Amino acid sequence: MTISRNDVHYIAHLARLGLTEEEVSHFQVQLEGILRYVDKLKELDISNVEPMAHALDLKNVFRKDEITPSLDPRALMKIAPASQGQFYKVPKVIE
Amino acid sequence: MTYEPVIGLEVHVQLKTATKAFCGCANLFGSKENSHTCPVCLGLPGALPVFNEKALKSGVKVALALNCAVRTFTKFDRKNYYYPDLPKNFQISQYDVPFAQTGSLEIQAREGRRLVKIKRVHLEEDAGKLIHAEDGPYSLVDYNRAGTPLLEIVTEPDLFSPQEAYDYLTDLKLILQYLDVSDCDMEKGTLRCDANVSLRPAASQTLGTKTELKNMNSFKAVKMALDYEIRRQADVLAEGGRILQETLLWDEKKQATHSMRSKEEAHDYRYFPEPDLPPFVMTTSEIEEIRKELPELPEEKRRRFTRDFGLSRKDSETLTASVRLADFFEACVNLSAEPKKTANWLIGPVSFQMNSRNQDITQLRLSPSALMELIDLAETGKISQLAAKDVLQEMLETGEKPSRIVEEKNLGQVSDSSVLKTVIEQVLAAHQKSVADYQSGKENALMFLVGQVMRASGGKANPKTARQLLIERLKP
Amino acid sequence: MNLSSQTITELKEGLKKGSFRTADILASLKTRYESVEEKVRSFARAPFFQEREFRPSGCLEGIPIVIKDNICSEGDLTECCSKVLSGFVSPYNATVVEHLREAGALIMGKANMDEFAFGSSCETSCFYPTRNPWDTSRVPGGSSGGSAACVAADEAVASLGSDTGGSIRQPAALCGVVGMKPTYGRVSRYGLIAFASSLDQIGPLTKDVRDNALLLSVIAGFDKRDSTSAPLPVPDYGKEMEADIRGMKIGIPREYFVEGLDPEVRSCLAEARARLESLGVTFGEVNLPHTPYAVSVYYIVATAEASSNLARFDGVQYGLRATPASSLEPPLIAMYKETRDKGFGAEAKRRMILGTYVLSSGYYDAYYLRASKARRLIKEDFDSVFKEYDLILTPTSPTPAFKLGEKTEDPLSMYLSDIYTISANLAGVPALSLPCGFTKAGLPVGMQVIGPSFGESDIYRLAYQYEQKTPWHKMKPQL
Repeated sequence: MTISRNDVHYIAHLARLGLTEEEVSHFQVQLEGILRYVDKLKELDISNVEPMAHALDLKNVFRKDEITPSLDPRALMKIAPASQGQFYKVPKVIE
Repeated sequence: MTYEPVIGLEVHVQLKTATKAFCGCANLFGSKENSHTCPVCLGLPGALPVFNEKALKSGVKVALALNCAVRTFTKFDRKNYYYPDLPKNFQISQYDVPFAQTGSLEIQAREGRRLVKIKRVHLEEDAGKLIHAEDGPYSLVDYNRAGTPLLEIVTEPDLFSPQEAYDYLTDLKLILQYLDVSDCDMEKGTLRCDANVSLRPAASQTLGTKTELKNMNSFKAVKMALDYEIRRQADVLAEGGRILQETLLWDEKKQATHSMRSKEEAHDYRYFPEPDLPPFVMTTSEIEEIRKELPELPEEKRRRFTRDFGLSRKDSETLTASVRLADFFEACVNLSAEPKKTANWLIGPVSFQMNSRNQDITQLRLSPSALMELIDLAETGKISQLAAKDVLQEMLETGEKPSRIVEEKNLGQVSDSSVLKTVIEQVLAAHQKSVADYQSGKENALMFLVGQVMRASGGKANPKTARQLLIERLKP
Repeated sequence: MNLSSQTITELKEGLKKGSFRTADILASLKTRYESVEEKVRSFARAPFFQEREFRPSGCLEGIPIVIKDNICSEGDLTECCSKVLSGFVSPYNATVVEHLREAGALIMGKANMDEFAFGSSCETSCFYPTRNPWDTSRVPGGSSGGSAACVAADEAVASLGSDTGGSIRQPAALCGVVGMKPTYGRVSRYGLIAFASSLDQIGPLTKDVRDNALLLSVIAGFDKRDSTSAPLPVPDYGKEMEADIRGMKIGIPREYFVEGLDPEVRSCLAEARARLESLGVTFGEVNLPHTPYAVSVYYIVATAEASSNLARFDGVQYGLRATPASSLEPPLIAMYKETRDKGFGAEAKRRMILGTYVLSSGYYDAYYLRASKARRLIKEDFDSVFKEYDLILTPTSPTPAFKLGEKTEDPLSMYLSDIYTISANLAGVPALSLPCGFTKAGLPVGMQVIGPSFGESDIYRLAYQYEQKTPWHKMKPQL
């Protein structure tokens, strides 16, 4: 599996990671190494195996449609990097 | 070349649960920003979702009402993308195993009633709301809506005109209202609709390149946007151009669509099974139990109204266009009202009152028994039809019983011929020409004279008696 | 009176007799902290030595407990040792914190850790690396390195850590303490800042097995706020561990005793086996044939989940927000990228890139889906062994503590230090590490006891009986 610099750029953008060119080179090499290692999974015959998404076999875990207390928005605004009134404030979203 | 539009609709409906999909915060519209939030719906570090059982049940009801196959095994997935209205930067949604699929909805199309194919119905959580500040380079975020249970209902590309799209939406909304699972208010955003549209040469089976239309805030806007987009695509094709697959926003003010380039990056959502939520398994009999709880749906009701009450198709459609009106009608009939007359009253004077007051039937000060009493007074000739409308108006203003109003306002109909004869003499004296017209064979003149008698009696004269007396009086 | 080296059990006894009070315990811990913390650096930030309010009843009444910096406690900084969460004061309590408080415990402070639990050496903390109390040129293991080191260095009575691929057991082994990764679903994850949701479990790190069993009894149990928590009653582990172990059948997996296993670790295990045989336990060689694939499966599943779990750290609601001076990107995206670039360390970025990659369009089937299927094969390996055997015994880590910086430049070699521990997380089964000897250089060696799902009682039983016959847990590092 070869990973191009463009691949790393694309993935970094998907993950919203701003990387320096140096980091891109670094991760390119390391990602390739790790992917080469995990490629050994290709040896396995998994054609008849169901994927396992959960470690515990649970099903139908519900809650009742009953109201529980919400948090105090003033407390939330205290830990917010930027707020206005009770709103979170973010750099302008351009549509 | 002539082209045929092919349309698919993606409808998002907020479910009317008491709480959000994955936490116990109130599912309420219009509260102060961020006041219905908790660690779960804010996606605070460490918080975990637990699914609202009512949301699944409501979803299954909708799916069954849309004739979908409901899966016995379903699960949630994470849809990963960054947007500030999405607190976790992923949305809990359903990807490869929607809880229901392959359904249909019957609509009234040009060529008669037909089934629109529904591809899938799935559950997900809604995002918060972004407000774009006018006064600075920032946006504001309110997460009250974040985590509200949302149903996504996707049709196959199986609608062939903007009118059909409109009809589908109208019928879908009606079904959702009958099921009492959503407010379906496009202005509040509790129902939202995106549309895909492409053109193909008439009679071709191959679909053309589609565009996606967003940001329509009424059914009418959906229709207008589709009309616009179909014309735009046709113009492009006519000039030998190619349609680009893209997302377009409908601009209500300009009545035009424009391209939404900034969001046009690769849609690589990296779906994977939501590890925080174990799957959901329903048995066929559990699904059938829910089916049994389904109320009578609009089309069944229309058919029954036509069949059992002898109503016309059109009257049945009008009465069932609101579940509340239909219920009111049935309440009257259950009190042994005459169905046809009741329907006429509801569709006529009562609907007129609802429209002019902008109220629905439950908001009017009108009970089924009061309406029946009124109809009875009119039908037995105790008051004239004209007076009956005034009585209705008065009932809605005061909440008084009709008989009481008739008594107080002295609106009782006059059938006493001695009283009427005096009135008739006055009318004949004042309208000599009409008398002459009638006597020379103009039947219409009689109608006019009856009307004048009615008018002179303040609407109280029994029109039948008045007519009879006039004919006798004017016999040559 | 020096109380810092005492176990929960001993302290409870003393408190009950009135020999000392909680304030005295805290004072002892403070003295110890002041003398050794500079060398060890177990804590993410200075702990509280003032007596905080505690509930005057329950089985941990007046006992201070340290928790890992990824467990939310209301009103306290909870930063996962990451810059991206700097200043995050949790507005709510994790369920385990509520359980501790109900039992009368005091949350004394937060332990250092690898950033977001990404690491096996406690070197990726944004603050400073924690050092191994037995040799401060070496790592304490990770990611719960601070939780293990503070207990080993007698800066804490006991602690909670979290374990996604060995993050409790490996540092417990490297620091010579007892660490339990319970069955997936045994302990609520509500309030544990997620690394990999399908693998994470909170568990106790303690000076001996009895304390461990006691602490697990307190924190375990169904939680209606965690959909993956098991609706099962919690046994009294402390009581059940005292039962005899004669006749127990233990499997030794061939795949764990292969190349790469340090000879001294191997011989400690052999001695432990002999000791257990003398207690009436029987051993048999077993196969866990898919073991060679575990690291691959783990690094795909865990990073995929992590890439999604960590997406929320974006500068919008809490923690760090960084805005670049200038950028060609739209302002919001520029803020996201700058925040995440400045906020996350290299290992976190590496894992998010790997995790994003394996889920991305075109690669899902080849990586994530394939790994999820292989994961089932690994689980089935355990299922079949546990049909015949009560427990499995393995080394916890292939080597004793390694030097700081030794593996930081080679992520793969660091990942391979979890080779014996990750399978238990993939299968969801419980596993405990306890001291089983020392190398000639005086470094602790740990052995791992793996049980079937919800088989914690049997694990404690074996560990306790072994501990009763061995001196290892009494050994103290010279600091």
